[in-house]
Formats: sequence, C-alpha cells, structure tokens
Amino acid sequence: MSARDSILRRLRAAPPGQLVLPPDVPAFYAAVREQAPATDRAARIELFCERMSFWRGEIVRVTPGNWAETLRVLCVTKGVNSLLYGPRGPHAATLEAAGIKGLKPYDRPVDEWKPELFRDTDAGFTSTRGGIAETGTLVVWPDDKEPRLMSLVPPIHFALLDANAICDTPFEAMSAQGWISDKPVAMPSNALFISGPSKTADIQITLAYGAHGPKELVILLLLGEGES
Amino acid sequence: MNAPENTQTLSFIPASEFKQRTTEAVADAHLRQSFRSAMDFLMAKRAAQFPDADALEAQRALAEHIRRYSLSRLPELLEKLERQLTANGIQVHWAENAEQANAIIVGIAQKHSAELMVKGKSMVSEETELNHAMEAAGIAALESDMGEYIVQLDGEKPSHIIMPAIHKTKQQIARLFAEKVPGASYTESVDELIGIGRAVLREKFMAAEIGLSGVNFAVAETGTLCLVENEGNGRMCTTVPDVHIAITGIEKVVEKLEHVPPLLNLLTRSATGQIITTYFNMISRPRQPGELDGPKEVHLVLLDNGRTQAYADEQMRATLQCIRCGACMNHCPVYTRIGGHAYGTTYPGPIGEIISPHMMGLAATHALPTASTLCGACGEVCPVKIPIPDLLIRLRAEATHDARPGHAPLVGQGAARSALMDFVWAGWAALYSRPALYRAFVWLATRFRFLTPPMQSGWTVSRTPLKPAPRTLREQLAGRHLKT
Ligand code: SF4
Repeated sequence: MSARDSILRRLRAAPPGQLVLPPDVPAFYAAVREQAPATDRAARIELFCERMSFWRGEIVRVTPGNWAETLRVLCVTKGVNSLLYGPRGPHAATLEAAGIKGLKPYDRPVDEWKPELFRDTDAGFTSTRGGIAETGTLVVWPDDKEPRLMSLVPPIHFALLDANAICDTPFEAMSAQGWISDKPVAMPSNALFISGPSKTADIQITLAYGAHGPKELVILLLLGEGES
Repeated sequence: MNAPENTQTLSFIPASEFKQRTTEAVADAHLRQSFRSAMDFLMAKRAAQFPDADALEAQRALAEHIRRYSLSRLPELLEKLERQLTANGIQVHWAENAEQANAIIVGIAQKHSAELMVKGKSMVSEETELNHAMEAAGIAALESDMGEYIVQLDGEKPSHIIMPAIHKTKQQIARLFAEKVPGASYTESVDELIGIGRAVLREKFMAAEIGLSGVNFAVAETGTLCLVENEGNGRMCTTVPDVHIAITGIEKVVEKLEHVPPLLNLLTRSATGQIITTYFNMISRPRQPGELDGPKEVHLVLLDNGRTQAYADEQMRATLQCIRCGACMNHCPVYTRIGGHAYGTTYPGPIGEIISPHMMGLAATHALPTASTLCGACGEVCPVKIPIPDLLIRLRAEATHDARPGHAPLVGQGAARSALMDFVWAGWAALYSRPALYRAFVWLATRFRFLTPPMQSGWTVSRTPLKPAPRTLREQLAGRHLKT
C-alpha cells in the first residue's frame, strides 16, 4: 500500500469523535465589527500610518500629480543608482517620464540576470493591491508585469499605495480581493502581506532590520489632489 | 557549501537521558539567565497583545473551533488539498515517516543534480533530520533563518521553535562568526552580525538549486501554502531557487482561506507579541508562463511520523490542533529553567512533551510528560486551547499501564513500568483495602520509626528525610477526643 493510502486508511479508521460544525468566521468578524466604532477613510489612513511606522515603514504622502517626482527626489536623497520597475506594469509610463536616474526594467527571466539583481540593484518599485490598517500591512500581488523578487531582493522597496484601498483587517482585505467570498476568485500564484522592512530578533532578541530582504520599505501613500 | 565545520551533529540526544540533562541544565546559571530573561520578554510582549481577556477568550474559542473542525475532516481535507494543489501545478508527496520524507526530498534534489539546498525555517525538517540525509547524499543543506544559521554553524540544534538561538549571547555569536565565517571580523554589534549573515546567505540564495520551507497553514479549497516569517529568508527560499519543496505535518491543513486570518492573528501575537509578521506569503502556483521569476517546480511533502497515532485517540487528537506558536514553552516554569536542549527532542517544552511520544515512542520519551508541575500555564495560554495538562497526565498513565480496553497500544506503551514500582503499588493496594492489615502496618511504622534510614536515595539529596510520626493519626485523634 502506498504511504498515501496507508495514512488515509489510518485516519479513516480512527473514531469519528464529536461532530464539529463548520465555524462561521465571517459572522465572527461581523459581530466584532458591530461592537467596534465604524471606521472612516481618514481613521483607516491614520491607523495604517501609525502601525506601518511602528514596523519602520516610511510613509510619504503623495498625489496623482506629484508621486513620480517625489520618487525621483527620494531616489536622489537615498543615493539610489538603479531602480527596478515593471516595464509593462500599471505605472511604467509615469515612471519613464519622471526622469529617474538608473531606471531599470525587469524585462527578462531572473535566471538570465540573477547576479545583477542581487548585487547591483539598489531599489525596486511596485504597485500594491491595498493596505490593512489594523496591522500596518501592504497587500502585494506579484504577477508577470511586476514579478515576485522586485519587492524582496533590492535593499529598498518603494510601494505605491492608493489610500482608498486601505481596509480595516486582514480578513476584510482578503474579502476585498475576492479571495474570501461565496464564489472566491482564484488565488494568484503568489500573494503577499508585507508589514515593514525585513527584520530579525534572533540574536539576543535584539531587533535588527534588513535580515534578508529590504532594509527599507518606503510607502508612497497616494491621496487625492489637495489632500496631502 | 562544503566547509565541514558547517555540518551539523544531528543525532538526537536520547530522551531517556532526560533526567541527567535537566540536572546539568539547571546547574548552568548562564543558560538559566538567558532563558529567564528571554521568556520574561516574550511573556510580556504576548500579554501586551491581549489586554481584553474576553476578546482573547472569544478568539481562542474560534481558533480552537477551526482547528477541531479541520481535524474532524482531516482525511477528506487532505485529499481535497492534494487535488487542488495538483490542479494548481504543485506536486504532492506523502511520507509515513522521516526516512520516506527524506528520500523523497533527496530524490527531487538528485533529479535536478542539486549541490546546494537553502532552507527556510522548518521544524518538520528538523524532525526528519533532513540535513543529515542531504549530506549523506552529498548535497549541502544550509539553514537560512538567522537563528537556525547560527545554531547550524555551531553544530547545534534549535533550543526554541520560534527563536532557535535564544540560548546564545551576542558575544558567543560574535566569536562564532569571527571563527567560522571567512572574512568576518569580531564584532558585538547585532546589526553588523546580522549584516554578516545577510551577505553570506544572499550568495547562497542565488546559488542554490533547491529551496526548502515549512508550511504554517495549507488551504485545501484554494490549494495555497501559507508561510509566516519576519526575515524574508522564507520568501527567498520559496522564490529564488528553481525548485521549491515545502514539507509539513498532515495536521496543518484547513478547509478555506477564511479560516486562516483568525489563526494567523493568534499565532503571531502568541508567539512573539506581534500583531502580524513582516511577511505573510501565500503560494498557490509555481512560475506560470510569462512570469519572470518564482520556482519552476513546487512540491509539497505531507508527513505523518506518528501523527496518525495521536489522531487515532479522541483525547490525544487535540495534540494536533497545535499551530506551533511556542507560547506554551515561553510560559512553562520547567522549560524556562532547563532550556530547550535538555529535552533532546525536536519540539521542546509542553508541546514537545505531548507530541514527541507519538513521534519517537514512549520508550524514549516517557520521562518528558513528567517534566511538568501541572501548573496549567501552558493550557491557559495555548491559542487553540489544547488541554496540555490533561494530555500530560494521560501520557504518564499510558507509560505505566497497558492500553485501555478497546484502544490500540501506543508505540512504547507501558515503557516506564518497573517491577519494583508494580510491587510497591500492589503492596499499597493490599494495605489500603484490608483494614486490619493497614492498622497493623501503621502501628509498626510508628513504633519502629527509629529504624527509618537517614539517607533515602534521591529524596534526601535536597530534602530532610521522611520519618513516620510517633503516633498514627487515628491514635492522635482518639487522644484529642479524650482530652476535650
Ligand atoms: S501547544 Fe498551543 S501554545 Fe504550545 S505551541 Fe502549540 S499552539 Fe502554541
């Protein structure tokens, strides 16, 4: 008998035990939400900024009109000589028009340029699918246009976040993406919640940033014109 | 990586020597100081996350419900997980024990002519001693979690499931790096030490053909492997190499994605007092056509290794609810005093005491369930409400008795039984069930109390000798009655 079959056989041979009904997670969160005061956009933005700052994420408030120029200036002040971006991504045209020095397109399979990505790329820029206020988190959904390693390998990760896409909780964020629903959409190949730059406390529980991934996470928080 | 100094000494310290090791551990003031302060820190961090006891209770009840529900449908959910992962292009393997799991992984690595495997944190791969099997096959297996990297570099095993190098000071790590990492100079700056590890490991992520990871939750309905981490090495291992192999115990499956947020929330807050970790990584597919990175192959190895034995018993099944947060060890007065290594098992502390007997058999582990004061702290903090003290008592009984009627014997059932102990208990039962015999015995014991030896084996090492009272309780009470 295969390992699979004998494991399943043993599990099925066990006494069934008490019947356990399916947990109603949406109802649980709905009840929690009812007790908590309703949040509005401003409160969510504020909480997001507070929690993300706690994780050492750097928040820069921008508008549709100025974010690319702000990014250009940030690159100069942080000494970024190469900024990785997705040339077919949603913001490619804006980035290309911004006059950013060392703009580097992620335009071929990583296998062809791994050493350059690891050793010679200062920063990466990605879009995001949303944010989570309660935890100070970005929802990032890498795809063929903005591949997985852009938000991981370069020492600085710039992420553009639409302030309108900030949800309250991880559960609500998963629902907003359509992943939790009666008819859930297929999960992307890889989806991420990112809360700050990479860190570790493995040496004497002393917190250190930049363990393996980005040492800095900079969030360009996109507000309405005249809002920031 | 070929440097022989980086190989691990992998064999388990036999758990049967547990008692002696606890004595050594308790005598090590430095070790005790490390654990005491680290556990105090982690307990305070956790407590700060749960200011509202009622809210915590509601969350624990939900988390327990989710885990119990998942376990109640385990065989079905495993099949569903397999179907969905396969549909997503992830290859599923099943292993009954450590050898099978290791053989599967070595086989995949050999098929790709791999020379180096980078490993994200995976306690299950510690459980199977995968590194040893990889080395035997001539493939280097490098731990990339900072704490795991440090303990591997020093030829040790993790002493805590969440903080593997918690027993080491930064001075020890500074010396270790200066000695063993080529080009590293001595520094006690934690930032610089992490920088040294980062530089070494980034080269390895680039070079490795295989990345290995554990799994925190496997979602059956969507075919998604969820990983929780702070460092980013988990993402490196699951994204950079051409092949990603995940290994997990069969109990980690949940039915739906909506079951994950409540567990995730309690996991990170119970473990390190964080409301969330830096990365929550959801992997559902290998690299798709048109995608520029990500592994070209993803495998999942589902491991039994004794879990079906725990599953077979309705009470002990609760052991499998565990989400490996480590809170039970952080709050355990015994763990805090003896540290993780003394247990000699992959999983130390209260969770180790209740899971290891299923993995390794009671013959090697029967002392572990006795390493508890039954204070109940573990059960109180457990986010999925595993009744750990009850399970400890149950395992103590299983170690000294035959299997209950209608129950299959556990591996090593009755291993702690001794003829002397059986004789003593039989005598005790005889005395206490025959009043005349009992009276005669206590009369003699009180009259001949001068015969009690001053040295009473283990007892008098740190206690005054036991001596019967001059008169029996009955006699004393009778005397009092007469006086009044
Ligand atoms: S037994 Fe409970 S407290 Fe201990 S590691 Fe598992 S989930 Fe955490």
